[in-house]
Amino acid sequence: MDKLLQILSENSDFTTEELASMLGEPEDYICAQIKEYRAQGIIKGYHATINWEKVKNSNVTALIELKVTPKPESGFEEMAQRVMEYSEVRSVYLMAGAYDLALFVQGESIQDVSAFVSRKLSALDGIISTATHFVLKCYKESGVNLVDSEDDNDKRSLIL
Amino acid sequence: MIDYDKTLNGTIRDVKPSGIRKFFDIANEMDDVISLSIGEPDFKTPWHIRQAGIDSLEKGRTWYTPNRGFGELRTEIAKYYKRKFDLEYNPDSDVLVTVGGSEAIDLALRCIVNKGDEVLIPQPSFVCYEPLTIMAGGKPVLIETKQENNFRLTAQELEENITDKTKLLILPFPNNPTGGIMRREDLEKIIPIIKKHNIFVLSDEIYAELTYGEQRHVSIASLDDMQERTVVINGFSKAYAMTGWRLGYALGPCQIIDQMTKLHQYGIMSSPTTAQYAAIDALKNGDKDIENMRSEYDMRRKYILGRFEKIGFDCFEPLGAFYAFPCIKSTGLSSEEFCTRLIKEKHVALVPGNAFGSSGEGYVRMSYSYSLKHLKLALDRIETFLEELKNED
Repeated sequence: MDKLLQILSENSDFTTEELASMLGEPEDYICAQIKEYRAQGIIKGYHATINWEKVKNSNVTALIELKVTPKPESGFEEMAQRVMEYSEVRSVYLMAGAYDLALFVQGESIQDVSAFVSRKLSALDGIISTATHFVLKCYKESGVNLVDSEDDNDKRSLIL
Repeated sequence: MIDYDKTLNGTIRDVKPSGIRKFFDIANEMDDVISLSIGEPDFKTPWHIRQAGIDSLEKGRTWYTPNRGFGELRTEIAKYYKRKFDLEYNPDSDVLVTVGGSEAIDLALRCIVNKGDEVLIPQPSFVCYEPLTIMAGGKPVLIETKQENNFRLTAQELEENITDKTKLLILPFPNNPTGGIMRREDLEKIIPIIKKHNIFVLSDEIYAELTYGEQRHVSIASLDDMQERTVVINGFSKAYAMTGWRLGYALGPCQIIDQMTKLHQYGIMSSPTTAQYAAIDALKNGDKDIENMRSEYDMRRKYILGRFEKIGFDCFEPLGAFYAFPCIKSTGLSSEEFCTRLIKEKHVALVPGNAFGSSGEGYVRMSYSYSLKHLKLALDRIETFLEELKNED
């Protein structure tokens, strides 16, 4: 994988100057490269990874499996495009296996998410069935460990 | 009442304990210290290597190993040195598996040095060579390496320090704490002098896998018939992030390794069994892990050098290990003053350069065996500290 993308995917909090020295490239080159990645739609944005559990009155997340009747020609594309319009839907994946689309949905409460599934999703034309799994705890997201563990403290001792 | 001072072994009594404890006592009392002082990898041992250790325990393989170490491990070590450094060693006679590289250094010194023999020790360097030389009955002769020579040992410095009593040269490269290395051409310049004066070499290559830039580590033993007079020390701590497993090794002429094996046999018996099983897996399947860690260290190295340049911190480019050794003479502070103020005022811990010999005075050791996030935070604080120092003038 491209080293620049790897660094940014793990931590986008570096200046282009710092990235330039880390990668041993001129700063101009790094700026041009990032611009190019953005133009190509490879870098889609920068966001913070938030541990929502630590936020008061935080949200509820559910993984929803959708079985869908594919459309001639476009297959599952149309349904995927349709469901991603909902602001409640955080991610959408087309899956191989027992079901077709996987959605991560966020709501303020279990009732909120349930209402979204039963009233909005299930009601869409072409949905064969849904299965809703509520997330109990998130341990790792986008490569970031969200659990406070003993490992966060440096356990090494100074030996001289 | 026993007067211990008079009763116990005088040679050992007179060896000074490692001298910078008081400085770290300050660090230990603070709870928000950002440390760049640690001298071991921040990576955990790669999982497959740990798994090999666990497997051996699950199978109940908890007995001693042969004194020299498992035959399979010695064979893998010999194959590794051939693969990486183009050196041939007979696993049955030329390899000894030890408790870390440190034990191997101790054994080599005790086997080579006679009472009164002089041992050449380039400094700044790791703290163990001088006391171990004294405890082996030898006389340490310190050679100051210089920043203007990129902390390499020059032929002239070597020649100036050789006497009739010189027995052994310690070659601690890639170097802790400076990050200096000896390239092939640097080694070729000192070899004729070593041969002319018929001295042995102890080449401490524990950081051999961690070199950056174009040239990889070259072992002096691989050059110009040097193998017969060189004991190579290496181990698993730095290359495979296995410090706590305590496993190293010595490679050398069988006549020296035989002597070292006797000492090891009576003093240690055999190196840790679980660690040896893990190390076999490391040598067989760990090349990729080394490459990954090396490339991560290199990125951090470039990052801190970039920051140094920006804040005007004078530092030669370290090409090995995972340390930078910036010069702090322009601040007008001594190494210890600099470090003490930095830790008190900015809560950042570095190691004063004089901990590695008086020639380290005027420098500080900064380890980059830390995450980039951690390095960034520490360097932000150091930058502020340096600005404040300037404004004091």
